[in-house]
Amino acid sequence: MTALLYRDLMLALRAGGGFGLGLAFFLIVTVLVPFGVGPQSELLARIAPGILWLGALLACLLSLDRLLALDWEDGTLDLLATSPLPLEAALSIKALAHWITTGLPLVVAAPLFGVLLNLPGPGYLWLVVSLALGTPALSVIGTFGAALTVGIKRGGLLMSLLVLPLYVPTLIFGAEVARRGAAGLETTTPLLMLAGITAGVIAVMPFASAAALRINLR
Amino acid sequence: MTLVIRDLCVARGGLPVLMGLNFQVAPGRALVLRGPNGSGKTTLLRTLAGLQPPLSGEIGGAEDRIAYAAHSDGLKAMLSVAENLRFWASVFGQRDIGPALRSYALEDLHDRLAGTLSAGQKRRLGLARMLVTARPVWVLDEPTVSLDADAVLLFARAVRTHLEAGGSAIIATHIDLGLEAEVLDVTPFRATAETRAGASDEAFL
Repeated sequence: MTALLYRDLMLALRAGGGFGLGLAFFLIVTVLVPFGVGPQSELLARIAPGILWLGALLACLLSLDRLLALDWEDGTLDLLATSPLPLEAALSIKALAHWITTGLPLVVAAPLFGVLLNLPGPGYLWLVVSLALGTPALSVIGTFGAALTVGIKRGGLLMSLLVLPLYVPTLIFGAEVARRGAAGLETTTPLLMLAGITAGVIAVMPFASAAALRINLR
Repeated sequence: MTLVIRDLCVARGGLPVLMGLNFQVAPGRALVLRGPNGSGKTTLLRTLAGLQPPLSGEIGGAEDRIAYAAHSDGLKAMLSVAENLRFWASVFGQRDIGPALRSYALEDLHDRLAGTLSAGQKRRLGLARMLVTARPVWVLDEPTVSLDADAVLLFARAVRTHLEAGGSAIIATHIDLGLEAEVLDVTPFRATAETRAGASDEAFL
């Protein structure tokens, strides 16, 4: 299992795209939003948590179609499915690798981008906490979407349509944590909901992903 | 342990392609599958490898014992030859990739990126993967595609060594490998229009 994680991280590093793409998209969104909204720092401060969360979510979505498609094209998925590694474990590892290459850089970079959106002082901690708790769910749900659409040429659109509704709860509670944190309010309830969604998704989704992938491999 | 196939019916897209297959592959034996394009050899091999369920019938002695090699080799262009092999070795719980590199004459290429290999070299690397799986039953689908005459000899020798060590192999191929192998022509087992009549309409559901 560590071999698969190591290989996926190595491929993301060598092929470039992995680390850069999501981050660049996130940067573009946060740089452009102030231009679109106009020079009203108060309004920006109010919408900053939501924009940052939305940017992170879309950046995550952007890299999903590469998650399994490359392994499908070169036959790796067939061979992994016949290997001693359970498909559920293999997909969990691939989701973890996706989170390390996409989610983690977003979590680290988010405070930096918060400055661009005039995020209020107390919001930074909660933004990082909510992203760190929420983005793993995005990767795991995304793996499910990728497993569902893996055999389809140009399946990116279909996958986005399938995955986006599943992302909504994470977005709502994640952005709520960041918003309340920025406003100096109590964050416990949305934080617990967010953590619960992530924990539940990590426990259940790999089985759904593996089942979907098995059907697609037939 | 002998691989036993009893009254197997395999399907592609819900339609049966081969029916009534009965054969055994004992340790140390090889079985060569023949048949025209589209006759269902690949479907049969994928079913044996457990990638798809059979429509009916039984496959005995295949669980966790099969190493499968298909048309695509599962190689990563951005990893070197040795890294590709080492990855598959550790997935199958093995460590040593030396013998696999040697038997397909890949030692000189071991730090080349797989993406820069020729088609035949890639195929050799894909076949070397079988050696690091340590699994007793090899299921090979057209293994000699894009191999030159020398590489075919290397492959035949690797299969022979595998058989002598008590392994077995099921190979779909059209060229003579010089192996002492039973030959199974799948043509008589093809599902006809009549036998398909009552078949599942899974493909349309």
